[in-house]
Amino acid sequence: MSFFSFTLIFAMAALSLCLIMTGIRFAIGPSLPDRITAFDLFVANVIGIVAIYTELTGNEDFIDVAIILSLFGFLGSISFAYYLMKSTR
Amino acid sequence: MLEDINFLLIREIISSVLIIIGVMFMLISTIGLLRFPDFYIRMSAITKGATLGLGLILSGMGIYFNEPDMFLKVVLIIGFTFLTSPVAAHVIGRTAVRNKIPFWDRTNLDEFKEYLHKEHTAHRDHERDNKQV
Repeated sequence: MSFFSFTLIFAMAALSLCLIMTGIRFAIGPSLPDRITAFDLFVANVIGIVAIYTELTGNEDFIDVAIILSLFGFLGSISFAYYLMKSTR
Repeated sequence: MLEDINFLLIREIISSVLIIIGVMFMLISTIGLLRFPDFYIRMSAITKGATLGLGLILSGMGIYFNEPDMFLKVVLIIGFTFLTSPVAAHVIGRTAVRNKIPFWDRTNLDEFKEYLHKEHTAHRDHERDNKQV
C-alpha cells in the first residue's frame, strides 16, 4: 500500500467521523436553525467524500455529482431558512 | 535532466499534503459545531472552516488529475461554494435573530442593541412618512 492510498483512506475515515459528529448535532440541536446549519455542513462533508472517492477510483465522472450536490445544498438551506422566516411571522 | 523527475510522485505528494490539510480543517470545524456553546458561534465556525477545507480538498484533487476539464470543474465547484456559503450563513443568521434564538450569556451585545434601536426608529420614521403621504 503506497502512502498515497493510505492518505486517501485516512481522509475518507476522518470525513466519515465528521459525518457522525454532524449527525449527533443534527439529533441534539436545540433549535431549528441549528439543524439547518448541520445540514449545510453535512452536504459539504458529502462533497468532500465524493471528491476523495473520485481520486481513489480514478473515474472522472463522479465529480459531476459534486457540482450538482453543491448547487442543491445551497438551494435546500436557503429555501428552508426562507420558509422558517415566512412561517413564524 | 527533465526525464529523471517522477512527475506522478510529485503530484501525489502535493495532492496528499493539500488533502490532509483540508481534512484537518473540516475535522476541526466539525468539532467546533459539536462543542461551541451558541448557535451563532457554531455557524461562524463551520461557515469558515468547512468552506476552506472543501476548497483545499478539491484543489488537491484537481492537481492530482492534471487535466483542463477537471480543473474547470474544480474551479466551478470552489467558486460556487465560496460564493454561496456566506450568503446561506447570512440568511440563516438573520432568520435566527428574527426568531429570537438565545445568545450566549457572555456575548457582548451593546453595539447590536444600538443597531436594533437605530433600525427601529428608522422604521418608525418610514411609517410616519407613509402616513403623511
